[in-house]
Amino acid sequence: MSELVHADEWETVVGLEVHCELKTESKLFCGCRNAFGDEPNTNVCPVCLGLPGSLPVLNRHVVELAMRVGRALHCRVERSIFHRKNYFYPDMPKDYQISQYDEPIDVEGHLELPDGYRVGIVRAHIEEDTGKTAHIGGSGGRIHGADHSLVDYNRAGVPLLEIVSEPDIRTADQAKAYVSELRAILVATGASDGKMEEGSLRVDANVSVRPSHRATFGTRCEIKNLNSLRSLARAIEYEARRQIELLEAGESIVQETRHWNESEGRTSSMRSKEEAFDYRYFPEPDLVPVAPDEAWQATVAASLPVLPAERRARLADAAGVAPAEVALLVELDLDQLVLDSVALGADPRVSINRAQNEVAADIGNAGRLTPSSFAALVAMETAGKITATQAKQVLAAMLGGEGDDPAAIVAARGFEAMDESTLAASVDEVIAANPDQWQRFVGGDQKVTGFFVGQVMKRTQGKADGKAVTRLLQERARR
Amino acid sequence: MTPTGSAIAIAGAVRRGERSAREVVDEHLAAVEAREDEIHAFNLVLADEARAAADEIDRRVAAGEDPGPLAGVPIALKDNLCTRGVPTTCSSKILEGWRPPYDATVVQRVAAAGAIAVGKTNLDEFAMGSSTENSAFGPTRNPHDTSRVPGGSSGGSAAAVAAGFAPLALGSDTGGSIRQPAALCGVVGVKPTYGAVSRYGLIAFASSLDQIGPFAHDVADAALLLEVIGGHDAMDSTSIPQPAPSLSAVLDDGVDGLRVGVVRELLEGVDADVAASVQRAAEALAAAGAKVEEVSVPATIYGLSAYYLIAPAECSSNLARYDGVRYGLRVDADDITEMYTATRAAGFGPEVKRRIMLGTYALSAGYYDAYYGKAQRVRTLIINDFAAAYERFDALLSPTSPTTAFAFGAKADNPLAMYLSDVCTIPSNLAGHPAMTVPFGAGDDGLPIGVQVMADALGEPVMFRVAKALEEAVK
Repeated sequence: MSELVHADEWETVVGLEVHCELKTESKLFCGCRNAFGDEPNTNVCPVCLGLPGSLPVLNRHVVELAMRVGRALHCRVERSIFHRKNYFYPDMPKDYQISQYDEPIDVEGHLELPDGYRVGIVRAHIEEDTGKTAHIGGSGGRIHGADHSLVDYNRAGVPLLEIVSEPDIRTADQAKAYVSELRAILVATGASDGKMEEGSLRVDANVSVRPSHRATFGTRCEIKNLNSLRSLARAIEYEARRQIELLEAGESIVQETRHWNESEGRTSSMRSKEEAFDYRYFPEPDLVPVAPDEAWQATVAASLPVLPAERRARLADAAGVAPAEVALLVELDLDQLVLDSVALGADPRVSINRAQNEVAADIGNAGRLTPSSFAALVAMETAGKITATQAKQVLAAMLGGEGDDPAAIVAARGFEAMDESTLAASVDEVIAANPDQWQRFVGGDQKVTGFFVGQVMKRTQGKADGKAVTRLLQERARR
Repeated sequence: MTPTGSAIAIAGAVRRGERSAREVVDEHLAAVEAREDEIHAFNLVLADEARAAADEIDRRVAAGEDPGPLAGVPIALKDNLCTRGVPTTCSSKILEGWRPPYDATVVQRVAAAGAIAVGKTNLDEFAMGSSTENSAFGPTRNPHDTSRVPGGSSGGSAAAVAAGFAPLALGSDTGGSIRQPAALCGVVGVKPTYGAVSRYGLIAFASSLDQIGPFAHDVADAALLLEVIGGHDAMDSTSIPQPAPSLSAVLDDGVDGLRVGVVRELLEGVDADVAASVQRAAEALAAAGAKVEEVSVPATIYGLSAYYLIAPAECSSNLARYDGVRYGLRVDADDITEMYTATRAAGFGPEVKRRIMLGTYALSAGYYDAYYGKAQRVRTLIINDFAAAYERFDALLSPTSPTTAFAFGAKADNPLAMYLSDVCTIPSNLAGHPAMTVPFGAGDDGLPIGVQVMADALGEPVMFRVAKALEEAVK
């Protein structure tokens, strides 16, 4: 697609619908196992197969998880009812889906992104998942034209929570940040395993564009088949450009559902508004209203863990940095380590850097660090007892199982910060050996700084402190 | 020839070892053998299974065990109740070849009480009809006059009891499908309070109206059967979370001092002989000590209209699953949409198609409020009007059916005339209240007339007392 001339005059508006498979032992309306990847049609019974005469019974744990997510998203938990959404498709055993409709369990909340931007939550509602179809023969994996189709009903009746955002999202990056944050909340509340690749989280994006500063929304398109954060961002960018191009060419946007093709990197029309199904929603007569009493709601509220936003705020506050800077640590579950280490007197900035680089690189062994051992390591570095490079090596050794006493590892490796005169001698030797580069450095070419630091490191077998080397180089250049 | 003995008498004799269950079953199967070709009460007779079950009951009695309150009692099951491994057809071609992998809760409960299923009874396809003429397998005939319909949709169950094929039967009642055929066949039929009997395993017609209930020769047998099948079931979310009420114990409490209202609106437009029976029933209750008055329940006149929006709407959704994909009939075609169409066109009869279309229309975008929404508001009105009546009365009285059993074909070409057969029974389904019919006299044509007794939700005990008093009055 060509470069847009007026891209900055347009604003993209995105609202997201996230379908989250709830992590329960059993399905939404029966006792069948809720598990991914089992032999097809083994986790089925008369209820989730929709056999004649069977009736749904609501899984209490699903309601509890929906309430937890609702609280975490600052929603009101309301009395809710189920409806039937009627349409024919072979992956749906009853040819209707039981779903909450105009009276959902969670309403009117918000989600705060790490940078503080707030995305409104319209609602979150409970519904049942469908089975999975595989179309054999024919073209394009579509049911029409296939020789035959196979259906696996293991997923039929798996509980879903659909979380609908306000159209508050303005960029593809923001959409990614929203889904990441939502995933963290869903994992923290125990509602989901967060595995997008297994379909545990599925995202539909409603995308429209409008001239910047206009208050009213443009016509939107719903984009389906977004299976990763990358797809989500690419699809939003593609779709916004497509719409802007159409509008700039004097055409209008047709409200429709579009399919994202990951390999082609484009969206294509699935069905227009006129072709949209009439789902003939009506209240599900086989179920009764869900009306959690005060006591149950209070129990659920009390059982909520500390959520990512609060964890970021807590660490950011203790470390004196912006919440966005500690987002990765929270995501990696390293915030408590850093928080405790800072409480023990370790430098916040160095603690954060070591945690989100070196510890993150070996996250599986992070459990080998205690707050005190980590704090001790950071303290040695900041006191200049070891260099940054040495600190990284010691940390790697601690993670590698060589004990939790950084001082002992330092001693064992013979690491000790070089005294100033030894280091100065090494610097002078390197300058003498590289006169051409030295002239460039003296002439103000900062690019050779790295070269000199590297040479000194090599000569001192990594014991030199890079910052000290740079300082010595600068002192000599000024002479 | 016709077997005798109430269910209570049979169970008592079997439990005491005075009669063998096998003998009881053989006697009833002989009656089936003798007259079933003429009546066609059953889609399937379970002769071998029944004999085997009877032998097992006898073995248990011999071993000193108590097989339960219905020990050795033959029972006929409407063919929309799921029976494990046994074809369950709803009298529809669309369920061809399907055998449920599970038993309905009521089927489990009657078996656990010692009852013996002797067959699956005929019905109007998917319980939609009032004459059993809508069965894909041919109509059932009224044992009192085989030129007449047995009523419907549970015509097979009503006829099975009336013909002596079984002293007990189970049916389902969505708008009168137990009470109307019971009245036309001269037996007792009960629609319990919505939620009093588990619907698990009852193949749905209209979920918010469907309720399973008993057929019996007399009120005491019906009470016993309801005690066995009633009570909470965790498999049905709409099941009332309390045990079945004790009915047998209160049957002989009489009606002295009870306040009984005769519903004015439900006497309008019924045949004179039927109205006269209701009048005599009211007099009989008064003679037994009840305070009987006429009462108006105005909104009941809208019952039929509301019902024919709500029931088809729910049926259009409930019957969507018969699509040829998973079980039952499949008519192969070039693609999935054509397969759906061909299968459903071939599998459903005209009345089922009519109701699916009515219901689909009523739920369509832009029409929902005008049809389904409004019908639900009427339903609320009916509930409110009944509530007002039950402030002044313990039970209400009305005809069950506006006519006695009519001739085959008399209404088959006129759906509206057929729908009017249920005008007196529908209001109780919409309200979710219990209602039952007791035989009370005969019409000018000599055919049975049933009188309907209604009560407030969970008012089965008082309803059964009134029914028992009417039964006593007839004797």
